[in-house]
Amino acid sequence: MTPKVGVLALQGDFREHLAVLAGLGAEAVPVRRARELEQVQGLVIPGGESTVMDKLSRAFGLREPLRERIADGMPVYGTCAGLIMLSDRVLDALPDQQTLGGLDVTVRRNAFGNQLDSFETDLDVDLLDGPPVHAAFIRAPIVEAVGPGAETVAALEDGRVVAVRQGNLLGTSFHPEITGETRFHEHFLSLL
Amino acid sequence: MTDTLAPSTASGSADSSGPGTGTARVKRGLAEMLKGGVIMDVVTVEQAKIAEDAGAVAVMALERVPADIRAQGGVARMSDPDLIAGIVDAVSIPVMAKARIGHFVEAQVLQHLGVDYIDESEVLSPADYVNHIDKWKFTAPFVCGATNLGEALRRITEGAAMIRSKGEAGTGDVSEATKHIRTIKGEINALKAKSPDELYVAAKELQAPYELVAEVARLGKLPVVLFTAGGVATPADAAMMMQLGADGVFVGSGIFKSGDPAKRAAAIVKATTFFDDPEEIANASRGLGEAMVGINVADVPAPHRLADRGW
Repeated sequence: MTPKVGVLALQGDFREHLAVLAGLGAEAVPVRRARELEQVQGLVIPGGESTVMDKLSRAFGLREPLRERIADGMPVYGTCAGLIMLSDRVLDALPDQQTLGGLDVTVRRNAFGNQLDSFETDLDVDLLDGPPVHAAFIRAPIVEAVGPGAETVAALEDGRVVAVRQGNLLGTSFHPEITGETRFHEHFLSLL
Repeated sequence: MTDTLAPSTASGSADSSGPGTGTARVKRGLAEMLKGGVIMDVVTVEQAKIAEDAGAVAVMALERVPADIRAQGGVARMSDPDLIAGIVDAVSIPVMAKARIGHFVEAQVLQHLGVDYIDESEVLSPADYVNHIDKWKFTAPFVCGATNLGEALRRITEGAAMIRSKGEAGTGDVSEATKHIRTIKGEINALKAKSPDELYVAAKELQAPYELVAEVARLGKLPVVLFTAGGVATPADAAMMMQLGADGVFVGSGIFKSGDPAKRAAAIVKATTFFDDPEEIANASRGLGEAMVGINVADVPAPHRLADRGW
């Protein structure tokens, strides 16, 4: 049976994720409500503004259902803001900003600086077969500390961690969904 | 994402950062991340914080909102660097700021100040009535206004990484925003229906490069994000723009010229996310206090219409 997966569609580049997942043969649907979350077997949290996703997920009663599904082991893949949402600890957050948590890591928002420091580069990722990943970092976060529960998946040449996983959770600082890279999404679908 | 017409890196910029920066992909990519969001005009640090707390996806830092520019008249220019730098320091979301059409030195200054997006804006008085800024030269991305598809494609050809339909800023009257987003969407649909041999004449009529016209016909959309702007004042206005196919909305005077800016800002954010759900739009619209008073575009004499600036 075709797996049914969701993309959190409160704000951000959720259409790009929906297109990648559909291209891989998954049935991919936008998720903005708790009842839509109940219908999916896995979830992607897209790039966007983590402050906005946090506020809207609380305002529309999604936060607790999301936390319960993550605790139950639902596969979740977060890119950029999605990685922030999955992290247990955030630096340079708004005073009242909350995350969903699940990844035992500390991330720093906008860790590279402002948009002038956004960049593209190639990354070696042991988790994936094939050539290096071409990665776009856009006002991206960095994983500053990886706790004992989590595992580094990719780092820049200088050692700064930009992809992590823990159980069924995967997070990347960068955006495979806008560079034509599908292997992270394939890996996510393999967890279902 | 396609990079037709897109040089791989910005060149000639004194502020150019490390390798791989300033590419068309990261410039257009930031706009992709703003989709489904609301970008709010702010004139003080306090307003910027209110906007961020209300769920703005970015703020536009300026000295006067368009309604005041319109009321006070005179030449409108780039804002004081102290004001812009103060807002850049105060919030964690992206900060945009406006340069005059064609004023490449104002744009250089804004890039130097570290703004995340430069708006080459008709809301300010144009500095050049012939040329727009060569936006490929900058590491910072640009958003530009457009009233129709040809104008949008000319701006993209010059390097714009994001387009906003213009509307009529500072009026609180959404009718021009409606007209412009419908025009752009309609012209894209017309292109999609054309056979390949008809696209050459279409390019001539749109006064845009053939390759870009062919790309839009193939994609069925612009190769960059399309927001709408100019006259959005209520949650229902924002939701209507989204239903008409905008990727997100700019709200200028509509928030901080209203009775309860924090509440109205949060309401417009909610209505933009749930733009297709009348129940949520109704909930968001309750008890917001007074909307900005506004002026009907029909009452604005033609020489004072901002949307006519730019070509």
